[in-house]
Amino acid sequence: MDWRYLRRRTLNILSLTGSVVATVFGLVWLFWILWTTFSLGFAALSLTLFQENTPAPGSTGGLANAIVGSLIMVGLATAIGTPIGVLAGTWLAEYGKRHPLAGAIRFINDILLSAPSIIIGLFVYEMIVVRFGHFSGLAGACALAIIMLPVVIRTTEEMLKLVPNPLREAALALGAPRWKMISFVAYRAALSGILTGVLLAVARIAGETAPLLFTALNNQFWSTDLTEPMANLPVVIFQFAMSPYSEWHALAWAGSLLITLSVLALSIFARILARKARMEH
Amino acid sequence: MNNTAPAVASRIQVRNLSFYYGQYHALKNINLDVATHKVTAFIGPSGCGKSTLLRTFNRMYELYPGQRAEGEILLDGKNVLSPRTDLFRLRARIGMVFQKPTPFPMSIYENIAFGIRLYEKIGKSAMDERVESALQQAALWNEVKDKLKQSGMSLSGGQQQRLCIARAIAVKPEVVLLDEPASALDPISTLKIEELIYELKKNYTLVIVTHNMQQAARVSDFTAFMYLGELVEFAETNAIFTNPSKKQTEDYITGRYG
Repeated sequence: MDWRYLRRRTLNILSLTGSVVATVFGLVWLFWILWTTFSLGFAALSLTLFQENTPAPGSTGGLANAIVGSLIMVGLATAIGTPIGVLAGTWLAEYGKRHPLAGAIRFINDILLSAPSIIIGLFVYEMIVVRFGHFSGLAGACALAIIMLPVVIRTTEEMLKLVPNPLREAALALGAPRWKMISFVAYRAALSGILTGVLLAVARIAGETAPLLFTALNNQFWSTDLTEPMANLPVVIFQFAMSPYSEWHALAWAGSLLITLSVLALSIFARILARKARMEH
Repeated sequence: MNNTAPAVASRIQVRNLSFYYGQYHALKNINLDVATHKVTAFIGPSGCGKSTLLRTFNRMYELYPGQRAEGEILLDGKNVLSPRTDLFRLRARIGMVFQKPTPFPMSIYENIAFGIRLYEKIGKSAMDERVESALQQAALWNEVKDKLKQSGMSLSGGQQQRLCIARAIAVKPEVVLLDEPASALDPISTLKIEELIYELKKNYTLVIVTHNMQQAARVSDFTAFMYLGELVEFAETNAIFTNPSKKQTEDYITGRYG
C-alpha cells in the first residue's frame, strides 16, 4: 500500500476518534446535569409545591410564591423589553441602516449582549433600589428587561434584514408610507423570526439569578406587590441549596427542575417558530 | 437627435433626464414620450440603464442615498422629479410590478385590499367588488376565487405575478411600470402575462423593461433601445425590429451583443 494513503487513513482515524471523544466528554456532563436535575427534581415534585409558600427552616412547604414571583417579573420584563427592543431593532434595520449612529449602537448592543448579568443587577440596584430605599419586584423586572433588550434588538434587526428588499419596494411603490410598509409588510414577513428571538430572550432571563439578588431579593411570603421584595425561583434555589436543611434542598431541586423544563419548552417552541421562519424565506 | 415623440397622445414626457449613482452617470440626457394606452418597451443589454429609467418614473430610486435624477419627467405637465410632488399620490397614479413576484405575507384578498385601503375608506361589500374586479382584470379571479383567504405566497410564481399586477391596478393607476415582469417565470406563465399586458393597455398606459427582445416585439407598440445609459433609438416597435435606423440597434436585435 502507498505510504501516503496509509498516512491519510491514520490521520482520518485519529481525528475522527479525537472528535468523538471530545463530543462524548462534553455530552457526559450535560446528561449528568440533566439526570441529576430530573431525578432529584422529580423526587421533590408534588402538588404542595404549587399550593404552599416557601417554608421556614425545618418545616415543609412549597414554591408557590417563588413561582408566581418569577412569572410576574419575567412577564413584566418581557412586556418592557420586547417593545423597546423591537422598535430599536426596527430603527437599526429600516431607518438608521447607514446612519453613523447605527454602527455605534450595534457595537454597544453587542457589549451589552455579553455583559455579565451581575453588572446589570448592580446598575439597577444603584438606579432603583438605592433611590427607593428597598428591594422590589419592579427593580427585578427592570434588571431582567435590560438583560433581554440586546437579544431582542439583535434578532429583530437580523430578521428584518432577511426580508427581501423588493417586498419593501413593492409596498412603497403602491404609495404606502414607510411606517405602514414596516408594520404591515416587513413585520409580518419577519414575525416568526422576531418571536423566536423574544422566546430565546425569555428563556435566557428565566434562570437569571445574579441580577435578582440585588434587585428583587426574595420574599418568604406571598406577595404580588411590585414595590415590595418579591420571591423568585432562582434566588430561592440559591438560598435553599446553600442551607443545611434537607427539606430546603429538595425544594431547590424541584425549583431547578421547573426552570429547566420551562427553558426546554421555550427552546423547543422557539425552534419550531424558527423553522417556520426559515420556510417562509 | 429627435426621436422622442410618437405621433399619438403621450402620458409621460421625459426631458433631458440624467441619472447618477453617486459619481456614476447612469442615464445621459434621455428624451422620450410614453404614449397613452400603449405599451412602451425598454430594451438593451444589462447595465444599459433601462431599469434605472423605469425607476425614475415613480421615484423608486429615492430609497437609496446617493442616487439622484436631473431633468424633467412630466406627468400632466407637472415635473415628477420636483420636490413638491406628493410621492404617495404619484405612486397611486404610477403603479409598479417587479421582476420577482412580491406577494405580501398576507391573504390573497388582503394583498389587493392593502393598496386600496391606502387611498380609500370603503365598506366590506365595496371592497369585495374592488378585489374581484382587480383579480378579474389580472385574469386571476377564476383560479383564486375559492381561496381568497389563503396566503398570497401559496400561489405559483406566475399566479403570484398576476396577483402583483392585480394589486397594482386595484388602486386605479394611470400608468403601470413592469420591470422584467416575466423573467422569473416559465414559458406558459410568461405567455399569460403577455396576454394580460395586451388586455391591460385598453385601460392603462404600460411601460415594460425586458431582456427578451421577442417579448418586446410581441407585446409593445413602441420600443426604446438603450445602450450605456443613452437612448440610442426610439420608434414604433415594428420599425425598430424590421428597419432600425441605427447600426447599434441593428447589431443588438440581431444578437451581435448583449
